[in-house]
Amino acid sequence: MTTAPPEIAADTTLSVSNLHMYYGPFRALRDINLEVQRNSVTALIGPSGSGKSTLLRCFNRMNDLVPGARVEGRVLFNGEDIYHPSVDPTEIRLRVGMVFQKPNPFPKSIYDNVAFGLRINGFRGDMDEAVETSLRRAALWDEVKDRLKASGLTLSGGQQQRLCIARAVAVQPDIILMDEPASALDPISTLAIEDLMRELKREYTIIVVTHNMQQAARASDWTAFMTMGEDRAGYLVEVGATHDIFTNPKDERTEGYITGRFG
Amino acid sequence: MMMNKTRAEFDHALQELQDSLLSLGSMVEKAIARATAALRDRDLEASRQVISEDDVIDRRRAELEERVVDLIASQQPVAVDLRSLIATLHVSMELERIGDYAEGISKISLMMGDQPPVKPLVDIPRMAEKSSAMLRSALDALVRRDVALAKQVLADDDEVDALYDQVYHELLLMMLQDPKIIERATYLIWAAHDLERIADRATNIAEQVIYFVTGKMAPDIVSKY
Repeated sequence: MTTAPPEIAADTTLSVSNLHMYYGPFRALRDINLEVQRNSVTALIGPSGSGKSTLLRCFNRMNDLVPGARVEGRVLFNGEDIYHPSVDPTEIRLRVGMVFQKPNPFPKSIYDNVAFGLRINGFRGDMDEAVETSLRRAALWDEVKDRLKASGLTLSGGQQQRLCIARAVAVQPDIILMDEPASALDPISTLAIEDLMRELKREYTIIVVTHNMQQAARASDWTAFMTMGEDRAGYLVEVGATHDIFTNPKDERTEGYITGRFG
Repeated sequence: MMMNKTRAEFDHALQELQDSLLSLGSMVEKAIARATAALRDRDLEASRQVISEDDVIDRRRAELEERVVDLIASQQPVAVDLRSLIATLHVSMELERIGDYAEGISKISLMMGDQPPVKPLVDIPRMAEKSSAMLRSALDALVRRDVALAKQVLADDDEVDALYDQVYHELLLMMLQDPKIIERATYLIWAAHDLERIADRATNIAEQVIYFVTGKMAPDIVSKY
Protein backbone atom coordinates (compact mmCIF):
# COMPACT_ATOMS: atom_id res chain seq x y z
CA MET A 1 0.00 0.00 0.00
CA THR A 2 1.37 3.31 -1.03
CA THR A 3 0.35 6.17 1.18
CA ALA A 4 -0.51 9.54 -0.26
CA PRO A 5 2.39 11.95 -0.70
CA PRO A 6 2.81 14.15 2.38
CA GLU A 7 1.94 17.37 0.57
CA ILE A 8 -1.66 16.15 0.18
CA ALA A 9 -2.18 15.98 3.91
CA ALA A 10 -1.72 19.72 4.35
CA ASP A 11 -5.01 20.54 2.66
CA THR A 12 -7.11 17.43 2.83
CA THR A 13 -10.81 17.67 2.24
CA LEU A 14 -11.56 13.96 2.31
CA SER A 15 -9.59 11.52 4.37
CA VAL A 16 -10.31 7.82 4.02
CA SER A 17 -8.77 5.40 6.45
CA ASN A 18 -9.00 1.61 6.70
CA LEU A 19 -12.20 1.59 4.70
CA HIS A 20 -13.78 -1.80 4.03
CA MET A 21 -17.06 -2.01 2.21
CA TYR A 22 -19.38 -4.99 2.02
CA TYR A 23 -22.46 -5.95 0.06
CA GLY A 24 -23.92 -8.52 2.43
CA PRO A 25 -21.24 -11.18 2.89
CA PHE A 26 -19.25 -9.99 -0.15
CA ARG A 27 -16.37 -7.65 0.53
CA ALA A 28 -16.31 -5.12 -2.31
CA LEU A 29 -13.50 -2.87 -1.01
CA ARG A 30 -10.55 -3.77 1.14
CA ASP A 31 -8.60 -1.42 3.39
CA ILE A 32 -8.75 1.79 1.41
CA ASN A 33 -6.56 4.65 2.62
CA LEU A 34 -6.71 7.84 0.65
CA GLU A 35 -6.30 11.56 1.20
CA VAL A 36 -8.05 13.85 -1.25
CA GLN A 37 -6.62 17.32 -1.64
CA ARG A 38 -8.92 20.32 -1.74
CA ASN A 39 -9.30 22.15 -5.07
CA SER A 40 -7.76 19.40 -7.09
CA VAL A 41 -8.91 16.70 -9.47
CA THR A 42 -8.29 13.16 -8.30
CA ALA A 43 -8.79 10.39 -10.84
CA LEU A 44 -9.68 6.85 -9.83
CA ILE A 45 -8.49 4.40 -12.46
CA GLY A 46 -8.43 0.63 -12.62
CA PRO A 47 -9.95 -2.36 -14.37
CA SER A 48 -13.69 -3.06 -14.36
CA GLY A 49 -14.75 -4.56 -11.06
CA SER A 50 -11.92 -2.98 -9.07
CA GLY A 51 -14.39 -0.98 -6.99
CA LYS A 52 -13.81 2.54 -8.32
CA SER A 53 -17.50 3.44 -8.52
CA THR A 54 -18.21 1.67 -5.25
CA LEU A 55 -15.50 3.74 -3.58
CA LEU A 56 -16.85 6.92 -5.16
CA ARG A 57 -20.32 6.13 -3.78
CA CYS A 58 -18.83 5.71 -0.28
CA PHE A 59 -17.92 9.40 -0.38
CA ASN A 60 -21.53 10.61 -0.32
CA ARG A 61 -23.15 7.57 1.27
CA MET A 62 -24.88 6.57 -1.93
CA ASN A 63 -24.18 2.95 -0.99
CA ASP A 64 -26.60 3.36 1.92
CA LEU A 65 -29.35 3.01 -0.67
CA VAL A 66 -28.20 -0.52 -1.52
CA PRO A 67 -29.75 -3.17 0.77
CA GLY A 68 -27.11 -5.05 2.73
CA ALA A 69 -24.39 -2.49 2.05
CA ARG A 70 -22.12 -1.87 5.01
CA VAL A 71 -19.03 0.24 5.57
CA GLU A 72 -16.20 -0.22 8.07
CA GLY A 73 -13.47 2.30 8.66
CA ARG A 74 -13.61 6.05 8.43
CA VAL A 75 -14.38 8.68 5.82
CA LEU A 76 -13.63 12.13 7.21
CA PHE A 77 -15.06 15.02 5.24
CA ASN A 78 -13.50 18.28 6.43
CA GLY A 79 -12.58 16.37 9.56
CA GLU A 80 -16.09 15.05 10.21
CA ASP A 81 -16.91 11.34 10.07
CA ILE A 82 -19.65 11.06 7.45
CA TYR A 83 -20.68 7.62 8.75
CA HIS A 84 -21.22 8.82 12.30
CA PRO A 85 -24.76 7.89 13.47
CA SER A 86 -25.61 11.54 14.06
CA VAL A 87 -24.92 12.48 10.45
CA ASP A 88 -27.82 12.92 8.04
CA PRO A 89 -26.85 11.31 4.72
CA THR A 90 -28.95 13.79 2.71
CA GLU A 91 -26.89 16.60 4.23
CA ILE A 92 -23.74 14.83 3.05
CA ARG A 93 -25.16 14.43 -0.46
CA LEU A 94 -25.83 18.15 -0.60
CA ARG A 95 -22.21 18.90 0.10
CA VAL A 96 -20.84 16.06 -1.98
CA GLY A 97 -22.55 16.23 -5.36
CA MET A 98 -22.50 13.60 -8.05
CA VAL A 99 -22.49 13.40 -11.83
CA PHE A 100 -23.13 10.08 -13.53
CA GLN A 101 -21.91 8.31 -16.63
CA LYS A 102 -25.09 8.79 -18.61
CA PRO A 103 -26.41 12.35 -18.56
CA ASN A 104 -29.66 12.19 -16.59
CA PRO A 105 -31.42 15.54 -16.69
CA PHE A 106 -34.93 15.63 -15.26
CA PRO A 107 -37.71 15.82 -17.86
CA LYS A 108 -38.10 19.48 -16.99
CA SER A 109 -36.91 22.76 -18.41
CA ILE A 110 -33.24 23.67 -18.40
CA TYR A 111 -34.02 26.32 -15.79
CA ASP A 112 -35.92 23.93 -13.53
CA ASN A 113 -33.22 21.30 -13.76
CA VAL A 114 -30.75 23.73 -12.21
CA ALA A 115 -33.26 25.27 -9.78
CA PHE A 116 -34.53 21.89 -8.57
CA GLY A 117 -31.97 21.24 -5.85
CA LEU A 118 -32.18 24.82 -4.61
CA ARG A 119 -35.99 24.71 -4.36
CA ILE A 120 -36.15 21.48 -2.39
CA ASN A 121 -33.59 22.92 -0.01
CA GLY A 122 -35.68 26.03 0.57
CA PHE A 123 -33.42 28.46 -1.25
CA ARG A 124 -34.65 32.05 -0.65
CA GLY A 125 -32.21 34.08 -2.76
CA ASP A 126 -32.40 35.29 -6.34
CA MET A 127 -33.20 32.12 -8.26
CA ASP A 128 -32.52 33.61 -11.71
CA GLU A 129 -29.09 34.68 -10.60
CA ALA A 130 -28.34 31.31 -8.99
CA VAL A 131 -29.38 29.47 -12.16
CA GLU A 132 -27.29 31.73 -14.36
CA THR A 133 -24.23 31.41 -12.13
CA SER A 134 -24.49 27.63 -12.11
CA LEU A 135 -24.95 27.43 -15.87
CA ARG A 136 -21.97 29.73 -16.36
CA ARG A 137 -19.82 27.59 -14.07
CA ALA A 138 -20.79 24.58 -16.12
CA ALA A 139 -19.80 26.46 -19.31
CA LEU A 140 -23.32 26.05 -20.66
CA TRP A 141 -24.87 29.51 -20.19
CA ASP A 142 -23.98 30.96 -23.59
CA GLU A 143 -25.49 27.96 -25.36
CA VAL A 144 -28.81 27.91 -23.46
CA LYS A 145 -29.47 31.44 -22.19
CA ASP A 146 -32.11 32.04 -24.91
CA ARG A 147 -34.01 28.82 -24.30
CA LEU A 148 -34.04 28.27 -20.56
CA LYS A 149 -37.65 27.09 -20.75
CA ALA A 150 -36.85 24.34 -23.27
CA SER A 151 -36.71 20.81 -21.92
CA GLY A 152 -33.31 19.67 -20.71
CA LEU A 153 -33.81 16.61 -22.87
CA THR A 154 -33.61 18.71 -26.06
CA LEU A 155 -29.90 19.32 -25.46
CA SER A 156 -27.09 17.28 -27.00
CA GLY A 157 -25.40 14.62 -24.85
CA GLY A 158 -22.46 16.86 -24.03
CA GLN A 159 -24.77 19.73 -23.14
CA GLN A 160 -26.96 17.44 -21.02
CA GLN A 161 -23.89 16.36 -19.09
CA ARG A 162 -22.93 19.99 -18.49
CA LEU A 163 -26.51 20.63 -17.39
CA CYS A 164 -26.11 17.84 -14.84
CA ILE A 165 -22.89 19.49 -13.69
CA ALA A 166 -24.73 22.83 -13.39
CA ARG A 167 -27.42 21.05 -11.36
CA ALA A 168 -24.72 19.60 -9.10
CA VAL A 169 -22.89 22.90 -8.55
CA ALA A 170 -26.14 24.86 -7.96
CA VAL A 171 -26.40 23.63 -4.37
CA GLN A 172 -22.81 24.77 -3.69
CA PRO A 173 -21.24 21.45 -2.81
CA ASP A 174 -17.64 21.15 -1.62
CA ILE A 175 -16.91 18.02 -3.60
CA ILE A 176 -18.20 16.85 -6.97
CA LEU A 177 -18.00 13.13 -7.66
CA MET A 178 -17.97 12.18 -11.33
CA ASP A 179 -18.52 8.60 -12.41
CA GLU A 180 -17.17 8.28 -15.96
CA PRO A 181 -18.72 11.63 -16.85
CA ALA A 182 -17.52 11.61 -20.44
CA SER A 183 -17.70 7.96 -21.44
CA ALA A 184 -20.99 8.46 -23.30
CA LEU A 185 -19.78 11.61 -25.07
CA ASP A 186 -17.96 12.29 -28.34
CA PRO A 187 -14.28 13.39 -28.21
CA ILE A 188 -14.99 17.13 -28.43
CA SER A 189 -17.64 17.02 -25.69
CA THR A 190 -15.22 14.91 -23.68
CA LEU A 191 -12.54 17.59 -23.92
CA ALA A 192 -15.14 20.22 -22.95
CA ILE A 193 -15.90 18.24 -19.79
CA GLU A 194 -12.18 17.98 -19.04
CA ASP A 195 -11.74 21.74 -19.49
CA LEU A 196 -14.66 22.18 -17.16
CA MET A 197 -13.07 19.95 -14.53
CA ARG A 198 -9.95 22.13 -14.58
CA GLU A 199 -12.13 25.22 -14.27
CA LEU A 200 -14.35 23.82 -11.51
CA LYS A 201 -11.49 22.69 -9.31
CA ARG A 202 -10.82 26.30 -8.43
CA GLU A 203 -13.99 26.24 -6.35
CA TYR A 204 -14.64 22.57 -5.78
CA THR A 205 -12.80 19.36 -5.22
CA ILE A 206 -13.36 16.80 -7.94
CA ILE A 207 -13.03 13.04 -7.76
CA VAL A 208 -13.54 11.34 -11.09
CA VAL A 209 -13.76 7.68 -12.04
CA THR A 210 -12.52 7.11 -15.57
CA HIS A 211 -11.62 4.25 -17.86
CA ASN A 212 -9.98 6.70 -20.20
CA MET A 213 -6.32 6.70 -19.28
CA GLN A 214 -5.57 9.77 -21.36
CA GLN A 215 -8.36 11.60 -19.59
CA ALA A 216 -6.84 10.84 -16.22
CA ALA A 217 -3.43 11.93 -17.53
CA ARG A 218 -4.81 15.15 -19.01
CA ALA A 219 -7.35 16.31 -16.49
CA SER A 220 -6.28 15.13 -13.05
CA ASP A 221 -3.71 16.30 -10.53
CA TRP A 222 -3.69 13.06 -8.57
CA THR A 223 -4.27 9.54 -9.73
CA ALA A 224 -5.25 6.54 -7.65
CA PHE A 225 -4.94 3.10 -9.21
CA MET A 226 -7.23 0.34 -7.97
CA THR A 227 -7.36 -3.31 -8.78
CA MET A 228 -8.99 -6.38 -7.30
CA GLY A 229 -7.68 -9.28 -5.30
CA GLU A 230 -8.27 -13.02 -5.57
CA ASP A 231 -11.36 -12.53 -3.40
CA ARG A 232 -12.61 -9.92 -5.93
CA ALA A 233 -12.37 -7.17 -3.30
CA GLY A 234 -11.16 -3.90 -4.81
CA TYR A 235 -8.15 -2.22 -3.24
CA LEU A 236 -5.84 0.72 -3.87
CA VAL A 237 -2.46 -0.13 -5.33
CA GLU A 238 -0.84 3.25 -5.76
CA VAL A 239 -1.73 6.90 -5.30
CA GLY A 240 0.45 9.70 -6.56
CA ALA A 241 0.80 12.86 -8.55
CA THR A 242 -0.63 12.16 -12.00
CA HIS A 243 2.67 13.14 -13.61
CA ASP A 244 4.52 10.49 -11.60
CA ILE A 245 1.92 7.78 -12.17
CA PHE A 246 2.03 8.23 -15.94
CA THR A 247 5.76 8.66 -16.39
CA ASN A 248 7.20 6.54 -13.64
CA PRO A 249 4.72 4.49 -11.60
CA LYS A 250 6.23 2.78 -8.59
CA ASP A 251 4.19 -0.41 -8.63
CA GLU A 252 4.51 -2.83 -11.51
CA ARG A 253 0.77 -3.55 -11.37
CA THR A 254 0.13 0.14 -12.08
CA GLU A 255 2.62 0.06 -14.92
CA GLY A 256 1.08 -3.10 -16.36
CA TYR A 257 -2.35 -1.51 -16.33
CA ILE A 258 -1.57 1.93 -17.69
CA THR A 259 0.67 0.59 -20.44
CA GLY A 260 -2.13 -1.74 -21.47
CA ARG A 261 -0.34 -4.98 -20.70
CA PHE A 262 -2.36 -6.15 -17.76
CA GLY A 263 -5.87 -5.80 -16.42
CA MET B 1 7.08 -7.19 -15.84
CA MET B 2 3.67 -8.68 -16.51
CA MET B 3 3.23 -9.29 -20.18
CA ASN B 4 0.43 -10.66 -22.19
CA LYS B 5 -0.71 -10.44 -25.75
CA THR B 6 -2.67 -7.21 -25.44
CA ARG B 7 0.16 -5.11 -26.82
CA ALA B 8 2.07 -7.69 -28.84
CA GLU B 9 2.24 -5.45 -31.89
CA PHE B 10 3.49 -2.47 -29.90
CA ASP B 11 6.04 -4.64 -28.10
CA HIS B 12 7.22 -5.90 -31.47
CA ALA B 13 7.56 -2.34 -32.78
CA LEU B 14 9.56 -1.33 -29.69
CA GLN B 15 11.87 -4.30 -30.17
CA GLU B 16 12.42 -3.43 -33.83
CA LEU B 17 13.15 0.13 -32.86
CA GLN B 18 15.79 -0.98 -30.38
CA ASP B 19 17.35 -3.26 -33.00
CA SER B 20 17.54 -0.33 -35.44
CA LEU B 21 19.09 1.85 -32.77
CA LEU B 22 21.76 -0.76 -32.07
CA SER B 23 22.46 -1.15 -35.75
CA LEU B 24 22.88 2.62 -36.01
CA GLY B 25 25.20 2.42 -33.00
CA SER B 26 27.36 -0.17 -34.65
CA MET B 27 27.58 1.89 -37.88
CA VAL B 28 28.72 4.86 -35.82
CA GLU B 29 31.24 2.78 -33.92
CA LYS B 30 32.75 1.57 -37.20
CA ALA B 31 32.89 5.14 -38.48
CA ILE B 32 34.96 6.20 -35.44
CA ALA B 33 37.39 3.32 -35.89
CA ARG B 34 37.78 3.86 -39.63
CA ALA B 35 38.12 7.64 -39.36
CA THR B 36 40.85 7.28 -36.73
CA ALA B 37 42.70 4.54 -38.60
CA ALA B 38 42.56 6.59 -41.82
CA LEU B 39 43.95 9.60 -39.96
CA ARG B 40 46.78 7.55 -38.50
CA ASP B 41 47.59 5.66 -41.71
CA ARG B 42 47.12 8.74 -43.92
CA ASP B 43 44.61 6.84 -46.04
CA LEU B 44 42.75 9.67 -47.76
CA GLU B 45 40.50 7.33 -49.71
CA ALA B 46 39.25 5.75 -46.48
CA SER B 47 38.67 9.25 -45.03
CA ARG B 48 36.55 10.17 -48.06
CA GLN B 49 34.51 7.01 -47.60
CA VAL B 50 33.72 7.80 -43.96
CA ILE B 51 32.53 11.25 -45.07
CA SER B 52 30.24 9.91 -47.75
CA GLU B 53 28.82 7.20 -45.50
CA ASP B 54 27.83 9.73 -42.87
CA ASP B 55 24.81 10.49 -45.06
CA VAL B 56 23.57 6.96 -44.44
CA ILE B 57 23.86 7.51 -40.68
CA ASP B 58 21.89 10.77 -40.98
CA ARG B 59 19.16 9.01 -42.98
CA ARG B 60 18.89 6.13 -40.52
CA ARG B 61 18.53 8.58 -37.67
CA ALA B 62 15.73 10.42 -39.49
CA GLU B 63 13.91 7.12 -40.17
CA LEU B 64 14.22 6.12 -36.54
CA GLU B 65 12.81 9.41 -35.36
CA GLU B 66 9.91 9.15 -37.74
CA ARG B 67 9.02 5.75 -36.34
CA VAL B 68 9.22 7.10 -32.77
CA VAL B 69 6.85 9.95 -33.69
CA ASP B 70 4.45 7.45 -35.30
CA LEU B 71 4.44 5.28 -32.21
CA ILE B 72 3.86 8.24 -29.90
CA ALA B 73 0.93 9.36 -32.05
CA SER B 74 -0.62 5.94 -32.51
CA GLN B 75 0.10 4.21 -29.21
CA GLN B 76 -0.05 7.08 -26.74
CA PRO B 77 2.68 5.51 -24.65
CA VAL B 78 3.00 6.05 -20.91
CA ALA B 79 5.40 5.00 -18.16
CA VAL B 80 8.24 2.70 -19.30
CA ASP B 81 7.03 2.76 -22.93
CA LEU B 82 7.10 6.55 -22.98
CA ARG B 83 10.53 6.67 -21.38
CA SER B 84 11.83 4.11 -23.86
CA LEU B 85 10.65 6.19 -26.83
CA ILE B 86 11.99 9.45 -25.40
CA ALA B 87 15.33 7.77 -24.69
CA THR B 88 15.39 6.38 -28.24
CA LEU B 89 14.89 9.89 -29.65
CA HIS B 90 17.76 11.27 -27.61
CA VAL B 91 20.09 8.34 -28.25
CA SER B 92 19.52 8.44 -32.01
CA MET B 93 20.39 12.13 -31.98
CA GLU B 94 23.57 11.48 -29.97
CA LEU B 95 24.58 8.70 -32.36
CA GLU B 96 24.12 10.97 -35.35
CA ARG B 97 26.27 13.64 -33.72
CA ILE B 98 28.96 11.06 -32.93
CA GLY B 99 28.83 10.15 -36.62
CA ASP B 100 29.41 13.82 -37.39
CA TYR B 101 32.55 13.81 -35.25
CA ALA B 102 33.85 10.78 -37.16
CA GLU B 103 33.13 12.73 -40.34
CA GLY B 104 34.95 15.73 -38.81
CA ILE B 105 38.03 13.63 -38.10
CA SER B 106 37.96 12.46 -41.72
CA LYS B 107 37.75 16.04 -42.98
CA ILE B 108 40.75 16.93 -40.81
CA SER B 109 42.57 14.02 -42.39
CA LEU B 110 41.80 15.43 -45.87
CA MET B 111 42.98 18.89 -44.78
CA MET B 112 46.27 17.38 -43.65
CA GLY B 113 46.60 16.03 -47.19
CA ASP B 114 50.04 14.64 -47.87
CA GLN B 115 51.73 16.48 -45.03
CA PRO B 116 53.24 14.01 -42.59
CA PRO B 117 51.81 14.05 -39.04
CA VAL B 118 53.92 15.99 -36.54
CA LYS B 119 54.31 12.86 -34.46
CA PRO B 120 53.29 9.23 -34.63
CA LEU B 121 49.69 8.88 -33.49
CA VAL B 122 49.52 6.89 -30.27
CA ASP B 123 47.28 8.69 -27.78
CA ILE B 124 44.70 9.68 -30.40
CA PRO B 125 43.96 6.05 -31.38
CA ARG B 126 43.81 5.24 -27.67
CA MET B 127 41.24 8.00 -27.21
CA ALA B 128 39.27 6.55 -30.12
CA GLU B 129 39.34 3.08 -28.60
CA LYS B 130 38.31 4.34 -25.20
CA SER B 131 35.48 6.49 -26.59
CA SER B 132 34.22 3.60 -28.71
CA ALA B 133 34.29 1.30 -25.71
CA MET B 134 32.21 3.84 -23.77
CA LEU B 135 29.72 4.02 -26.62
CA ARG B 136 29.50 0.22 -26.77
CA SER B 137 28.98 -0.01 -23.00
CA ALA B 138 26.31 2.69 -23.07
CA LEU B 139 24.38 0.77 -25.74
CA ASP B 140 24.88 -2.52 -23.86
CA ALA B 141 23.51 -0.82 -20.77
CA LEU B 142 20.47 0.22 -22.80
CA VAL B 143 19.78 -3.32 -23.99
CA ARG B 144 20.34 -4.83 -20.54
CA ARG B 145 18.68 -1.95 -18.68
CA ASP B 146 21.83 -1.90 -16.61
CA VAL B 147 22.11 1.27 -14.52
CA ALA B 148 25.44 0.24 -12.96
CA LEU B 149 27.02 -0.13 -16.38
CA ALA B 150 25.61 3.24 -17.45
CA LYS B 151 27.15 4.83 -14.36
CA GLN B 152 30.46 3.20 -15.22
CA VAL B 153 30.34 4.95 -18.61
CA LEU B 154 29.87 8.28 -16.82
CA ALA B 155 32.94 7.55 -14.71
CA ASP B 156 35.03 6.40 -17.68
CA ASP B 157 34.77 9.82 -19.27
CA ASP B 158 37.50 11.08 -16.94
CA GLU B 159 40.05 8.84 -18.63
CA VAL B 160 39.28 10.27 -22.05
CA ASP B 161 39.42 13.78 -20.64
CA ALA B 162 42.82 13.02 -19.13
CA LEU B 163 44.09 11.64 -22.44
CA TYR B 164 42.87 14.76 -24.21
CA ASP B 165 44.72 16.94 -21.70
CA GLN B 166 47.85 14.94 -22.33
CA VAL B 167 47.60 15.21 -26.13
CA TYR B 168 46.81 18.90 -25.92
CA HIS B 169 49.74 19.78 -23.69
CA GLU B 170 52.15 17.66 -25.66
CA LEU B 171 51.16 19.33 -28.94
CA LEU B 172 51.18 22.77 -27.33
CA LEU B 173 54.73 22.20 -26.17
CA MET B 174 55.78 21.09 -29.65
CA MET B 175 54.20 24.20 -31.19
CA LEU B 176 56.00 26.44 -28.72
CA GLN B 177 59.28 24.82 -29.67
CA ASP B 178 58.68 24.90 -33.42
CA PRO B 179 56.08 27.38 -34.71
CA LYS B 180 56.39 25.92 -38.20
CA ILE B 181 54.32 22.92 -37.14
CA ILE B 182 51.45 24.96 -35.68
CA GLU B 183 49.08 24.18 -38.52
CA ARG B 184 49.74 20.43 -38.53
CA ALA B 185 49.65 20.21 -34.71
CA THR B 186 46.36 22.13 -34.65
CA TYR B 187 44.81 19.50 -36.89
CA LEU B 188 45.65 16.83 -34.36
CA ILE B 189 44.26 18.90 -31.49
CA TRP B 190 41.03 19.19 -33.44
CA ALA B 191 40.90 15.45 -33.99
CA ALA B 192 41.58 14.80 -30.30
CA HIS B 193 38.87 17.26 -29.39
CA ASP B 194 36.37 15.45 -31.64
CA LEU B 195 37.19 12.20 -29.85
CA GLU B 196 36.81 13.85 -26.48
CA ARG B 197 33.35 15.03 -27.57
CA ILE B 198 32.44 11.52 -28.72
CA ALA B 199 33.11 10.31 -25.17
CA ASP B 200 30.92 13.12 -23.81
CA ARG B 201 28.10 12.03 -26.08
CA ALA B 202 28.52 8.44 -24.94
CA THR B 203 27.92 9.74 -21.40
CA ASN B 204 24.77 11.49 -22.67
CA ILE B 205 23.56 8.12 -23.94
CA ALA B 206 24.37 6.57 -20.55
CA GLU B 207 22.28 9.29 -18.88
CA GLN B 208 19.37 8.43 -21.16
CA VAL B 209 19.71 4.79 -20.11
CA ILE B 210 19.48 5.84 -16.47
CA TYR B 211 16.36 7.87 -17.28
CA PHE B 212 14.81 5.02 -19.25
CA VAL B 213 15.36 2.49 -16.48
CA THR B 214 14.74 4.61 -13.36
CA GLY B 215 12.54 7.44 -14.62
CA LYS B 216 14.99 9.90 -13.08
CA MET B 217 16.94 12.42 -15.08
CA ALA B 218 20.64 12.23 -14.31
CA PRO B 219 22.01 15.40 -12.76
CA ASP B 220 24.08 17.43 -15.19
CA ILE B 221 27.63 16.27 -15.31
CA VAL B 222 29.54 19.47 -15.92
CA SER B 223 32.38 18.82 -18.30
CA LYS B 224 35.33 21.16 -18.20
CA TYR B 225 35.62 20.91 -21.99
